[in-house]
Amino acid sequence: MWGKLSWAAIPLDQPIPLVASGVVIAVVVSVLALVVLKGWFPYLWREWITSVDHKRIGIMYIVLAMVMLLRGFSDAIMMRSQQALAFQSEGYLPPEHYDQIFSAHGTLMIFFVAMPFVIGLMNFVVPLQLGVRDVAFPTLNSVGFWLTATGALLVNISLLVGEFARTGWLPFPPLSELTYSPGVGVDYYLWALEISGIGTLVAAINLVTTVLKLHAPGMTYMRMPMFCWTTLASNLLIVAAFPILTATLTMLVLDRYLGFHFFTNEAGGNMMMFVNLIWAWGHPEVYILVLPAFGVFSEVVSTFSGKPLFGYRSMVAATMVICILSFTVWLHHFFTMGAGADVNAIFGILSMIIAVPTGVKVFNWLFTMYGGRIVYATPMLWSIGFMVTFVIGGMTGVLLAVPPVDFVLHNSLFLVAHFHNVIIGGVLFGAFAGYTYWFPKAFGFRLHEGLGKASFWCWITGFYVAFMPLYVLGLMGMTRRMQHYDVAAWHPWLVIAAGGAAIILLGIGLQIAQLVVSIRRRHELRDETGDPWNGRSLEWATSSPPPVFNFAVLPRIEGEEAYWGMKERASKDVILGPEPSYRDIEMPRNSATGFVCAFFATIMGFSLIWHIWWLVGVAIVGAYATFVVFAWRDRDEYVILAESVARIDRANRRARRVMLGERELVS
Amino acid sequence: MTAFDAASGQADPYRLGHVPVGSRPHHTLGHADRGLASKRVTTAYGFWIFLLSDMVMFSAFFATYAVLVGNTADGPSGRDLFDLSSVALETAFLLTSSFAVGLASIGARARSGTWFYGAMVATFVLGAAFLALELREFASMIARDAGPTRSAFLSAFFTLVGCHGLHITVGLLWLLTMMAQVFAKGYRADILRRMLCFSLFWHALDIVWVAIFTEVYLMGLVL
Repeated sequence: MWGKLSWAAIPLDQPIPLVASGVVIAVVVSVLALVVLKGWFPYLWREWITSVDHKRIGIMYIVLAMVMLLRGFSDAIMMRSQQALAFQSEGYLPPEHYDQIFSAHGTLMIFFVAMPFVIGLMNFVVPLQLGVRDVAFPTLNSVGFWLTATGALLVNISLLVGEFARTGWLPFPPLSELTYSPGVGVDYYLWALEISGIGTLVAAINLVTTVLKLHAPGMTYMRMPMFCWTTLASNLLIVAAFPILTATLTMLVLDRYLGFHFFTNEAGGNMMMFVNLIWAWGHPEVYILVLPAFGVFSEVVSTFSGKPLFGYRSMVAATMVICILSFTVWLHHFFTMGAGADVNAIFGILSMIIAVPTGVKVFNWLFTMYGGRIVYATPMLWSIGFMVTFVIGGMTGVLLAVPPVDFVLHNSLFLVAHFHNVIIGGVLFGAFAGYTYWFPKAFGFRLHEGLGKASFWCWITGFYVAFMPLYVLGLMGMTRRMQHYDVAAWHPWLVIAAGGAAIILLGIGLQIAQLVVSIRRRHELRDETGDPWNGRSLEWATSSPPPVFNFAVLPRIEGEEAYWGMKERASKDVILGPEPSYRDIEMPRNSATGFVCAFFATIMGFSLIWHIWWLVGVAIVGAYATFVVFAWRDRDEYVILAESVARIDRANRRARRVMLGERELVS
Repeated sequence: MTAFDAASGQADPYRLGHVPVGSRPHHTLGHADRGLASKRVTTAYGFWIFLLSDMVMFSAFFATYAVLVGNTADGPSGRDLFDLSSVALETAFLLTSSFAVGLASIGARARSGTWFYGAMVATFVLGAAFLALELREFASMIARDAGPTRSAFLSAFFTLVGCHGLHITVGLLWLLTMMAQVFAKGYRADILRRMLCFSLFWHALDIVWVAIFTEVYLMGLVL
């Protein structure tokens, strides 16, 4: 009846996962209790869970990313402390548990922190920057988000029920085959990623179509803000790369569930094919994450330097070149495969070439700052911190792209230091910059500056203290994923690294404090004008938070930096343009499709992991029925009457007029 | 003086690579100047992107097949297993069904029940016949101890061809749903958009089949 599932799946003999999941369950139950007792559930259901508004969905993506960041970071703290303690001793984490922790850490951080964070930012910002009212496929957008949440949920369920993979964040065969990983850990990994991968693909199809097909009148491609371009590039990469991940994981599923021989040691299977296929997805994935971050930095650096982005066209070209080149370098992840000197040389050179467009970008940001009046607000600090850190990470990357060097450093902590250097310094700093920069747009009040800056300094200091020692350790020959070790020379460096993780913990604590303090002081931090940073692109042209329809009348774009142009004209004439004639607006109706579909996907994933076949069938029928019900809707839009549009927009115009009037008084 | 004046673009001598507002001739703007694309264009465009991603997934299976085709582990190879006459019949059914789905699209656009339902039923029958032949082939191979667990080559074969078959199965389910929907709701704009997507999907499966026919069956028998 319940497949492989029994009470033995609960790790009653292991106190750490038991206590951890106990705490998680307590938090979840108390949050649910609070929601029910306070009567918030109808509001949450109506305004968030079933919402198809791109802004709400974007915010939910980011909330998911932040919660998962806490989980992924607890794994990091455990690994660092284990390695600090495990010199000539066992430490406190047994090997089978330690292996699950580093696997879960990587999986969570890439798939359920970095991915939802950048997709959330793109979802929230891109329609606003393009001057449109929603994305191309609002309901599919909600489906995409909830499928991602399903994946995250499955990974977290594995903490209490069963186990997680012990194979690393990419489950290389033959270790991940049934022979060597007979438990459910790899199955949790596979189904979590198959399901969330579909969610990501749906989100990407939606964003590509939005950027290419939905624009306010006059918003030509070469007038789009840089963030829209990087969104386009990143989502094109998702469309081209994620299907490879789906196919590869499907093959591993078939090996494990039905005894196929894709990657086995027997019957002609070829395990290196898995490695090739997974990195044919995995290398573009790196750029899927970092390109949107580049977009954030472009917006932030330009805004806080008070200047247009330097070399906009070269920036567009660099972005699209990276988009293409990212598919030509996958083999540098396994130079040691033995493909021969010629193949390694080609991939080594291509890997170095891909650093060129990135270098173009760094120079463009520097020249944007040159001659500008730089405001060192928190988003700008993250951006400058990124530039320094990312250049260091990029240079160690070029080192690793030299095949002979890679033979020495492969699988060492040098590599671990390198990719944390670019992912923390690039993606995470970008995500935090975007979070601080667009927070006032999303909620109508700014985040506390002082605490934001304090958190930034803790993060960047902690990062260097935690990861620079890993470069040293890598050069000293320490391989990654070691549960314990006997080399005395390594020990002090690992203690320093653990100290760095503690400083980052302080930074995260300050970020939580910043959020709490900002919410409590929201009235003093209120953004009345909708344009708190003197912005240049269209998202600042509407109020904060924007009305559900974003723009009362679609703006007409006359040039690059659409909103800056409007401000220039308005300040020249010291008058806002004439009041537009308002019309009724049609907006998509809410839909529970995404949530219900994810509900069935969760059941399906869970029962596939535990071999509960009848429940798999029930879940598939349920998901199909959900889509039929959705397809049978007679009304998919509702109308906001012109009067309400006018009322909402007049308030926005009043605030803008005050901004203009103030300017008049001062000058 | 406010930050706005100080940071105003005109005061900035470094507007390199930027065209001043309004100085570019209007006729160079192209189609983006028209703003929002219609729902029909947007839906079809998004579905094309989905189809492209599906093609990428198939290409991963194709590449895998190409790598593993020789790894028969002393078991049967394609030459021992494939029956070209059955495959030719499958191909004929599938390509004809594509013609039928084209007729159904025209029927839907002309709002002709006879043509729409007739052509959709024909598509279903042809698709189901294709599927039946494919399943018969699979069953006969498994009966001859040439199932997917026999060798890496057969794993790759069953996965690639089976993935296409699974798409056909989903397509048949979609087809029935589509017919029920037109029956219940009539030729509404949103339903016609879905019909457009369905016919794109069905044609795309044809293209994949042509590639399978070539790479798996023809090359398997000739090479």
